[in-house]
Amino acid sequence: MGSVTCNPLAPPSTHLLLNPSKIPKFCHSRRQLHGSQRASKIIAYYGLKTPPYKLDALEPYMSKRTLEVHWGELHRGYVEGLNKHLAKDDVLYGYTLDELVKVSYNSGNPLPVFNNAVQVWNHDFFWESMQPGGGDIPKYGVLEQIEKDFGSFTNFKEKFIGAALTLFGSGYVWLVLKREERRLAVVKTSNAINPLVWNDIPIISLDMWEHAYYLDYKNDKGTYANVFMNHLVSWNAAMSRMARAEAFVNLGEPKIPIA
Amino acid sequence: MLIKFLLSRQNALEPHMSKDTLEYHWGKHHRAYVENLNKQIVGTELDGMSLEDVIIVSYNKGNMLPPFNNAAQAWNHEFFWESMKPGGGGKPSGELLELIERDFGSFDRFLEEFKSAAATQFGSGWAWLAYKANRLNVDNAVNPFPSEKDKKLVVVKSPNAVNPLVWDYSPLLTIDVWEHAYFLDFENRRPNYISVFMDKLVSWEVVSKRLEIAKARATKREMEEERRKKEEEEENSEDEAVEVYVDGDESESE
Repeated sequence: MGSVTCNPLAPPSTHLLLNPSKIPKFCHSRRQLHGSQRASKIIAYYGLKTPPYKLDALEPYMSKRTLEVHWGELHRGYVEGLNKHLAKDDVLYGYTLDELVKVSYNSGNPLPVFNNAVQVWNHDFFWESMQPGGGDIPKYGVLEQIEKDFGSFTNFKEKFIGAALTLFGSGYVWLVLKREERRLAVVKTSNAINPLVWNDIPIISLDMWEHAYYLDYKNDKGTYANVFMNHLVSWNAAMSRMARAEAFVNLGEPKIPIA
Repeated sequence: MLIKFLLSRQNALEPHMSKDTLEYHWGKHHRAYVENLNKQIVGTELDGMSLEDVIIVSYNKGNMLPPFNNAAQAWNHEFFWESMKPGGGGKPSGELLELIERDFGSFDRFLEEFKSAAATQFGSGWAWLAYKANRLNVDNAVNPFPSEKDKKLVVVKSPNAVNPLVWDYSPLLTIDVWEHAYFLDFENRRPNYISVFMDKLVSWEVVSKRLEIAKARATKREMEEERRKKEEEEENSEDEAVEVYVDGDESESE
């Protein structure tokens, strides 16, 4: 018969499937609480990542209550929704979250898991796009690239805030590094869409869903966007993302016009 | 008109919808849509049109023109306020209840469907109960073989500012599920907001009245279409001068 493994994470061996009654008694107590009495299932899941600061660290610009609701309930809800989808469809297990977003976008005809997956990604990214004592202006490479692609930092800031004010409905505003054009751009997206689906590289994001600012600023999007730029945005995060992006996009090459 | 007066006393819908919410939702969001719309259409051809016409024209079959968002949102919010009343909720009665039971099975099933549509609208938008007269399930198509069965109530949801007028349905009831509608009172708990709306705020009298108007409009349209068809037939039968080509003509030229 061979030995019966009792590790709940091991692949189901055939004789467990055929003879559930042969499972030694002591294994039952270590079984996962998902209700299956037969062979152990492999379960992969995503966890809720905590922001790199305490929930009240962004006061007075973003209140603790907003973080508690936005992160603790909405973001958590997306993670749980994502895990529920994964439990139903093991084909999705093999992907990293980035890949899962691109695959489930399915070229514009999104699969059911897309909304949850991309919102988990978006919120992880958003928390990390902010820091206590943020704002001010970027330095070194990021500043140079912004000045190259927008003319000046002020111009970039205007464009970014302008995008936030003219976005209708729910969505995000992004500073993104465009792969094809090899330059930075400000992009606004609806609902949960993310520049990854166009194969671009996000550098900074601002969540413009009403749930992100309503408790603190009510309908005043302008003040929210300005406060984000002046006091919250993490240029440190932007720098490390740019550094990584430069491994994929060669910004140093001259643009040679094609005749 | 009454609801507008009540809204100016913004605590009219307490405790189900707070004074704060009304202050912002009606006093700032709705007001901004109206003011911005006026700015956009002043001096243009849209200026003299009714709000519903502005919506249809600027919807432009899905390729929305700039005034659409403001026009549709102005209409949607007015419709939303009138769908509520202090001491609302309960169940509908009369013809409305009959139709609901006919088209959804039971009032509870309708409630389930409506609440589910409102809860699953991703991002900003609205959920609606609408009267669909003789339209095929392909939105704008006209049903070539209309029957009484096609005239029915449906639950639909729409994103952002879109509303069922653009699909040629007659809206009867709506709930605003943009986050600004419920965030101050319920934070992220949208399902609670939806339940409170259905249990304590909906004005079924208004919905019934809208149903009457919708049915009357549908009947009037049908009669006009009948009349138009009859006129066309008469015109065609008067046309005697139709050229008929007979084989005999060709053999003559040989």
